[in-house]
Amino acid sequence: MPRPRRTPTPVIRITHWIGALSMLAMIGSGWQIYNASPILPFSFPSWMTLGGWLAGGIAWHFAAMWTLMGAGCVYLAHGVVSGHFRRDLRPQGARAIGRDMGLALRFRLSHAPGRYNAVQRLLYTGVLIVAALTVASGLSIWKPVQLGWLTWLFGGYDIARRIHFTMMALIVGFLIVHVVLALLVPSTLFGMVFGRRPAPQDPETVR
Amino acid sequence: MKRPQLDRTAIAPELRRLERRLMLRGMVSLGGLSLLSGCALDDEPAVERALARVMSLTDRAQALLFSRHRLAREFDASRITRPFPFNAYYGQDDVRTVDPAQWRLEVSGLVADRRPWSLAQFRALPQKRQITRHICVEGWSAIGCWSGVPLSVFLNRVGADLRAKYVDFHCFDDYSTSIDMATALHPQTVMVLDFDDRGLPAAYGAPMKVRIPTKLGYKNPKYLAAISVTNRFPGGYWEDQGYDWFGGS
Repeated sequence: MPRPRRTPTPVIRITHWIGALSMLAMIGSGWQIYNASPILPFSFPSWMTLGGWLAGGIAWHFAAMWTLMGAGCVYLAHGVVSGHFRRDLRPQGARAIGRDMGLALRFRLSHAPGRYNAVQRLLYTGVLIVAALTVASGLSIWKPVQLGWLTWLFGGYDIARRIHFTMMALIVGFLIVHVVLALLVPSTLFGMVFGRRPAPQDPETVR
Repeated sequence: MKRPQLDRTAIAPELRRLERRLMLRGMVSLGGLSLLSGCALDDEPAVERALARVMSLTDRAQALLFSRHRLAREFDASRITRPFPFNAYYGQDDVRTVDPAQWRLEVSGLVADRRPWSLAQFRALPQKRQITRHICVEGWSAIGCWSGVPLSVFLNRVGADLRAKYVDFHCFDDYSTSIDMATALHPQTVMVLDFDDRGLPAAYGAPMKVRIPTKLGYKNPKYLAAISVTNRFPGGYWEDQGYDWFGGS
């Protein structure tokens, strides 16, 4: 069934970039906070952290929390209402993932505008779930009394803290892959910035 | 529902702004800002102001989330962290002590009876015991067993104005902090006399600390010397340097 080609809508683009900046601020300030009492035998170098000291890191962390939550809520509502999640991000079967993963590893995966391949779907759905878990586990260690049920769901304060850290690590891993792939296929980056592809005319996507 | 707000008196908001500015100056002056911005944001007062405004927004959100009836989880005695960590803004060698017989708690501000209190007077009041998790703003936590007089019992006994906004604590180790009245009246907010069912040791705040399991560690003052009920925003040792004032858990 032929459909008009889709590129990221303005809502997706704006929330993507607000979310991206917020996430970078969350990570940098989170590393600052981590350094105050590391749970692993290492600290983050201070040039990689945001805020200057613990209180500054906390100030940045909560400032970025508001912008991330704002952008995230708009994005999630838009994704559900517009059908973006159902249409574009819903992961496909294992076979499609295997096929596209093979193509991607051989740098042969095509990127038709407005069409998300199985690897993208898997990665984006995965990182959305991880981001949601990061926010939830973060809230649970910020408010272990007022949101005690959430802390309990995460296995208590100490485990929730480790889950929060692990989710951060997964997001950083995703970011590295995501940025590398976006640079390898710059038209996707162009689309996320300007909402259209750089080429004069891309072939119509038919599915 | 009572929750802390900016003072409506003429001077207090100005004072608070000033405090925030002073403390934020330190926090944005170092480190990784240039990583994100590529330019020196450290001298940018707009960034300081924005962070300060967001912090008071976050504090208001914390006050809204706070419920006087929601209790911090209490643990089994087997979960108590041993040894319980010492923590202060100085090392353990610099702990100050007082003669418990000579110690008096100064009472001031919006209270009917401002006479100082002795330890014996506190011992005569009803006691409450809790095994709760102390959570430091740094991230570490430890479970301890504290008992003493609920702050609400004391505030009622001295005829405090319970509609006042703040309860301010000053300590003889020159520490200070302050809390909102809603938290002061929370059933688990306790003026601690005993740790682990024995008299409070010097390292943990003898002769009296205030245990507030609904707040982070820096809102739990040790070595208490004076208590005051006030509508004037009191700040605190760490809060004046940039930690958020509400500090709720």
